Amino acid sequence: MNCDEFAELVTAYLDDALDDSSRPLFLDHMAQCAGCTGYYGQFTSAISALGALPAPGLSPQTRSHLLTAFREASSEKPE
Amino acid sequence: MSEGVVRLGGVTDFPPDPVIVAGLRSGDEEVFALLLDEWSRGMLRLARSYVSTAASAEEVVQDTWLAVIRAVGTFEGRSSLRTWVYRILVNTARRRGERESRTIPVSSVGGERPDGVPPGEGGPEGAALAGEVRELIDKAVGTLPSRQRAVITLRDMEGYGADEVCEILSISPANQRVLLHRARSAVRDHLAAYYDGKGGP
Ligand SMILES: [Zn+2]
Repeated sequence: MNCDEFAELVTAYLDDALDDSSRPLFLDHMAQCAGCTGYYGQFTSAISALGALPAPGLSPQTRSHLLTAFREASSEKPE
Repeated sequence: MSEGVVRLGGVTDFPPDPVIVAGLRSGDEEVFALLLDEWSRGMLRLARSYVSTAASAEEVVQDTWLAVIRAVGTFEGRSSLRTWVYRILVNTARRRGERESRTIPVSSVGGERPDGVPPGEGGPEGAALAGEVRELIDKAVGTLPSRQRAVITLRDMEGYGADEVCEILSISPANQRVLLHRARSAVRDHLAAYYDGKGGP
């Protein structure tokens, strides 16, 4: 396995989707190649950073508009 | 009611689908508010993969919830409720995105970033991530093609599993992985270029 092949398989490795023949080759390459070990570390850091991004919510106006719409729809339904 | 409820796809004590669906059908506002507060952030992010502005994404999310209110009586439970809601969102967002791409010149949307996230919002992790890195990742994600952006948003930003993402986006597992890998590689490249410029880490 060369470095390009290694880089292509990182997501498959992380999803535990490598087949039985590729997995040991992937791990062997990482154990022997400092460049790919570094690449792997950057790749997983990027994933952690993505998970830590803040997410803005709905504006209070939209939220209250939707709550009103829900209330009105419920009151229109036949019992 | 929302106390102790775990975000990001957690299963801890979020009520199970039948309880939620029954609540929605009987007009239980507390249940609707709980869903609204649990899912809207992720929905806004996913909508943003397809439309050009944060305001437009907010309208997509609003239209989606209105459709959910109208259609919850027809929900049959063949997927999870969340997957069902997200599929409505994706359809709504795609349609709107296609409309926008016909009417808005690309050059006028490229500069709109970041999305005006108030500092510190999103909890302690969000606050701890250095502002510069946050902006950089936000920018990197903003340059991705919508299909890649949708997958990385659901998998890495929202923490959903591969199976659910395939179902929400109607893509095969192999395709899901290719899109995710390309998206992650692009974000890694942006970060590496930034750290190389700073001499570490
Ligand atoms: Zn290597």
